Order: sequence, then structure tokens, then C-alpha cells
Amino acid sequence: MIPEIGHFALILALFVALALGLLGVIGGQQGRDDWMALARPGAQALWLLTAFSFGCLTYAFYTNDFSVSYVAQHSNSKLPGLYRVAGVWGGHEGSLLLWHFMLTSWMLAVSIFSRQLPDAMVSRVLGLLGLVAVGFLLFMLITSNPFLRLSDVPTDGRDLNPLLQDPGLVFHPPMLYMGYVGFAVPFAFSIAALLNGRLDAAWARWSRPWATAAWIFLTLGIALGSWWAYYELGWGGWWFWDPVENASFLPWLVGTALMHSLAVTEKRGLFRNWTIVLAITAFSLSLLGTFLVRSGVLTSVHAFASDPKRGVFILLFLSVVVGGSLTLFAMRASKVRSGGSFALVSRETFLLVNNVLLTTAAASVLLGTLYPLIVDALNLGKLSVGPPYFNSVFAPIMVPVLLFMVVGSFARWKSDSATELAKRLSPVGIASVVLGSTAPLLAGAWSALAALGLTLAFWIVLASLLQIYQQLRNTVNWKSTPISYWGMHLAHVGIAVCVVGITMVKGYETEKDVRMVIGDTVSVGGYTFRLTGIRTEAGPNYHADVGDVELIREDRVLRTLHPEKRIYFSSTMPMTEAAIDTSLVRDVYVSLGERLEDGKNPAWAMRVYHKPFITWIWGGCLLMALGGAMAALDRRYRKKAASFAATPVKNGALV
Amino acid sequence: MKKAMIPLGIFLVLVVFLAIGLTRDPREVPSPLINKAAPAFTTTRLQAADQPFSAKDMLGQVWLLNTWASWCVACRQEHPVLMEFAKTKTLPIVGLDYKDKETDGLKWLARFGNPYDITVTDKDGRIGIDYGVYGVPESFLIDKAGVIRYKQIGPVTEEALRDKIIPLVRELQK
Repeated sequence: MIPEIGHFALILALFVALALGLLGVIGGQQGRDDWMALARPGAQALWLLTAFSFGCLTYAFYTNDFSVSYVAQHSNSKLPGLYRVAGVWGGHEGSLLLWHFMLTSWMLAVSIFSRQLPDAMVSRVLGLLGLVAVGFLLFMLITSNPFLRLSDVPTDGRDLNPLLQDPGLVFHPPMLYMGYVGFAVPFAFSIAALLNGRLDAAWARWSRPWATAAWIFLTLGIALGSWWAYYELGWGGWWFWDPVENASFLPWLVGTALMHSLAVTEKRGLFRNWTIVLAITAFSLSLLGTFLVRSGVLTSVHAFASDPKRGVFILLFLSVVVGGSLTLFAMRASKVRSGGSFALVSRETFLLVNNVLLTTAAASVLLGTLYPLIVDALNLGKLSVGPPYFNSVFAPIMVPVLLFMVVGSFARWKSDSATELAKRLSPVGIASVVLGSTAPLLAGAWSALAALGLTLAFWIVLASLLQIYQQLRNTVNWKSTPISYWGMHLAHVGIAVCVVGITMVKGYETEKDVRMVIGDTVSVGGYTFRLTGIRTEAGPNYHADVGDVELIREDRVLRTLHPEKRIYFSSTMPMTEAAIDTSLVRDVYVSLGERLEDGKNPAWAMRVYHKPFITWIWGGCLLMALGGAMAALDRRYRKKAASFAATPVKNGALV
Repeated sequence: MKKAMIPLGIFLVLVVFLAIGLTRDPREVPSPLINKAAPAFTTTRLQAADQPFSAKDMLGQVWLLNTWASWCVACRQEHPVLMEFAKTKTLPIVGLDYKDKETDGLKWLARFGNPYDITVTDKDGRIGIDYGVYGVPESFLIDKAGVIRYKQIGPVTEEALRDKIIPLVRELQK
């Protein structure tokens, strides 16, 4: 009964979303108060129905209701409780329901935190989001219903994919989807503003905290995914340029550009068309990502079962949403007037340059991702584009981005003097080059790439510190500096931290693959690993071989690590559970490979890694997200609409 | 107005490609090399750089040329299937380590196991170009006379082995 109620709630949600979409958008356009008044309660009702439906599916999972086809395929009575809940989004149908639930959660948030916005704007925005929800509800109900029953009830379920049975599943998909779907909000604001014809500073100011919030979730989601892959896949890698990873990275790149472009549009009234295109692109890339992942047109390690009917539906949906938006843009763009002008050397220029570079980076990642598909469509064959392409194309674009990033926060709006900027920044530049090119010597071996990476990181940190110092010296009361100012610098420093991590791992990681019998030792990066024993253990739904590996430095045993090799009952593929000893400056990582020889003294393949500074990659992401949160929470965004126009542009702060 | 049409134009082109992509099975593409002589090449072995290998060495036997690389994700997928197949000793399998660093290739084999009777290197991808390799993995079944009789694009799967490759090998080995 419960699954039927959940299914029914989804059908009701479809009608609510349809009504919200039509009444909200038309009401907002025609200024009908009675229709506009329905927008907020409509969005809240949609959230309630979706949450209820989501709850029903979770209940079916938790109670092992294998008469529901989706539960039977993705759960098992032996599955631990945590994964019976997280397993809800362990497959296609449930992922979509999670997607839709996240969308309605953003709508709920807009309906609550929009008191300062004009009703017509709220009505249009919620209406447009309602229309997006209609698309996803139809998709679910027509092609991917999670509540379908089986007439022939199996005694047990097929179990959740063992790769997904990890705490990572609990946090990574919800964060990532929250970020993905979050770009629907700035998208809806942009379309609403295009419909309205008023692309003013107020529009940019309303969009900013939402774009930033989506970006925060996406940053965290990507970082969690990368960390998960690092410890779960047992290869020690943290980024593979897999199509599905790229699908999440593309909106991140464009979203980063969008946040900065919105800042210029709000402060100076410039780049309006550019901001609109970025807002549409960020959300389109989220939808495109959904298409690529769910339709099976590309092969990926995230191999999901694909169904051509689903692909056709998403492609149609994508065409309507993106095609419609871009057509509207083409019709309205000429009416958008840009305010004011700016000199060649100015903050605007640096922001524009970096935005163009970020967009170029996104375009080249997109090209690499779609290239196999394009080549296939042109009957040229099938190929796979690997990390060599992405690394060689992406890294050179990022170097100037990192270089200009902090120059932008130094330069004044409108016009600045190049000599003055050079004078202020040259000590920082010299210090960064000196520090950056000597630091690799401390790490053991000098390499040009390590020196470049570390120089850029020092450059960002030192320049940000200098900027903060100057800002504090120029203001009487440091409390008057808005919190978003600190957020910006924290996020920039986060990028530097991330760059340090990537540079150090790329330049100085060491790894060894060895055959070990009990009692053997292997050394890597100044650490010695001794295999002292291997025993078998039984988990709730798997058997495991567990190694005891002593981690030794300078003849002292630091701790014992326990890498595992698990065989889940439901699958014959062995899963690696690496054991990692983490500290601030390095990870040491052991993973247990195949058993090479049986007998009295069995031999095992072992992989050991020493990865300097690898946690800085994710730590940097955390700082970026924290910085983003500080920027989004700025008091200004909560002010009433009336006081907007009077706020002067603060000197020296891009906030 | 014109400039504002550009994003829409780009998007429409993209949709056309995505739509064509949907109708394709990304793995099934005929090769112009089928029933042509396998391009000759001479290169070095991965494990023993001083021992040259030439495609001519294989004349008189039916063999499988499998291109792979340590950076290739799909190869990891294919690898267990090849490992099993190699155990049956149906025919010699020659691995071509495509556009890869030798140390990476060796590490990969040490880590995942070595299904190849002979492994040779194609560091700059030149042999791959001669064979029309678009992406790894791709495999070529070559007969006693050195003619390519079958090409597997993408990972060799159990189905492909059972339904196509093994029956063809049996016939060619007669």
C-alpha cells in the first residue's frame, strides 16, 4: 500500500507543479495578484508531496519490500540499515527522485527566503522552477517509476552495488545533486528577468546568494566524490577525467564564472548578457550531465543501466528547456543595455579575462567528453579520450586564471593604473617566485612543474594577505568590512591550498607494487610497511581478507593498518578497502591486491603509496565552500528591495 | 540580435550530435582493414627492450593483437575477460601498449596480471595509426596469412568471445 501512496503523491505533485508553473509564470507576467499569491504555497505543497513520496520509497527500502522492483534490484535483507536508507539513491529511479526532491527543496528555500523580493518576481521564479519540476516528474512517471511492483515477488533483493556500500554514498550524491539542481535557481532568476525585460542590479543581487549556495554544494559534492574514489577504488587516484566526473566539473567551472560575472553585473551593471548566458549554461550543463549519465551514450566507470527511451526523453526535455531559454535570450538580448564603460586596466577586465578562461576551460573539457560521441555520430569510429588530453589542455588554461585571480581583487573598479598595480604587486611576485622555486628543493627534487605550481600558490596566498592588510589599514573599524570580503579571500586561499595539494601529489607521490609474504617489508617515502598477518573476517553481507600491516618509521611502529579485500555475496568482483594513515602533510596508503600463491605461506600482491599533501586537495575545496558560505550569508542580501539603489560601490572589495 | 543567436546555434548543433549519438551503439563500427593484410611493424618488447618484435614473426599462426594502455579505464574492464581467455590457450595474444610510458605499462601488468604471450610497445602511437586505432582498447584477429579477419572495438566481452571470436578462431585454425 505504501508504495502506491508514494506513487500517487508523485502524480499529485505533477499536477501541483503544472498549476504552479502556469499560474506562477502567467500571473507574474500579467500582474494578477490572486495567481501570484499561489506561488509560495504551491511550491511548499510541491515540496511536501515530494518529501512524502521520498519517504515512502525510503520506507520500502528500510522494510525490505522486495515486491517493489526498484528495491528488489538495489537492496538486500542483509544490507546494513544505513545503506538501506542511502540505497534509495543507489540506482537510476531513486537518483531521479532525489534530483527532484532537491529541486523542490530549493523551491521551498526560495519561497521562504524571498520576503524582500517583489511578488511578481517570486511568482515567475517559482513558476519557472515548477515547469522544470514538471519535466522531471514526467520523466519519472513515464520512463523511470521507482514504485513499480513486481508480480513475482523475489525472496531477497539483488543487493546494492558493492562499490556503493560506503559512507560516501550517504553524503556524496545528495551534495552533488544539491549543487547541480541549485543552478536551476539563478537560471530561473535570469529567465524571469528576461521575461520581465528588467536585467538590473537588483536582479543580479537576488541571484548572487543562490548561485553561490549552489556552487558551495557542488564544490563539496565534487570534493566528496573525489575523496571517495580515492579511498574506495584502491588505485590511489583522486581524479580520472571520467565522463561522469566531467559532467559535475563542467557546471562547477561555469558556475564559478557565473558567481564572478554576477558580482560585476551587480556592482557596475556590466556584462549583463554574459551573466545571463552563464546562468543558462550552468543549468544546461547540469541537464546535459544528467543526459550523458542516464542515457548511456558514453561509456564510463559509472556504468549505469541505460535505456534509449530515457535518453530520448531527456534530450527532448533538454531541447525544450535550453532551446527555449536561448531563443528567449536571442529575442531579448538586443534590448539589454550595458551600463557604463571601463578602462583596459581595471577590475572588470581581470574578471572578464578569467571568466573567458574559465569558460574556455569548460568548453575544452566538454569537447573532450563529447568527442567520442561526435566522432561516432560522424561515422569516424569509436574512441576514448583519456587524461593525457585533459591534463595537457586544462592545466595551461588554469595557469593564467590563478595568476589573474588575485590581481582582480587588487585592481580598482572602472580604471586602475598598470604601473601602480605592478608597483604594489611586484614584491609579492618576487617573493612568490623565490619561495615557490626554492620550496621544491625542500621536498627533495626540483622540478619545473612543482616550482610553477608552488609559485602560483604562494602568489595567491601572499597577494590575498597583502590585500587584507591594506584593507584593514585603510578602514577605521575592521568590523565594517563585510563578511563576504573575508569569504572571497578564504575561497581564493582555498584554491591555493588545492593547488599545493595537486602539485605535491603530482610531483612527489611514490608508489610500489610488491609481492609480499608474511614478515616481508616494503619501504616507500621514508616509511616501512611490514605485513604481519592476514586473516579472514565475515561482514554482514561479505567475506573479507584483512591484512595487518605495521607502519614503521625510524624503527618505531606508528600504528597497524588494516587493508581489506572483500567479496560480497551478491557479486564475484572483489572490492578493495584501502587502509590510509592520514596526516596534514601526507597520506600513506596500503591496499591489498590479489592472493598470488596459496599454501602454507601465501603470497599477496600489495600496493603501497606515499602521497604528500593529498588531503590539501580536499581541504582546499572545504575552504572554498566555507568562503562561499561567508559570501552568501552577507547581510546585504537580506535587505529590503527599496534600499538597494542607494548602496554605494565600496572601494577595494569585490563583495 | 545576430550575436545573441550564437549560443542557440551552438546548442542546436550539439542537440543534433546528441540525437545521432542516441541511435548508435557506440561499440559497433566496421573497420576498412577487415580482410586486408595487417600492416607490418617492428617494435620492441615491453619486458625486454633488447628483443625486437615484428608482425611477420606471427606468420603461420592465428593471433590476436590487443591494444591497451595503463591510462585506459575501459581496459581495466576488459582485463579480467582477457585473463580468463588467456588461460584457455586458444591462440597467442599480443598486447600493444599504446601511447603509454613503459614503466606505467609494466606496473599495470604487474598489478592486474599479464594475459599476453608477448607485449610490445607503441610509445608514439604510430603502429596504432597504421591499424586505424581510434581509442583503446581495440583488438584485431589476424589469420595465418597475416590478414585481419575481425576487429573488436572497445573491450573484448565474454559475449564477443563466445559468439564471434572463438568460432572464427576455430575456423581459421583449421
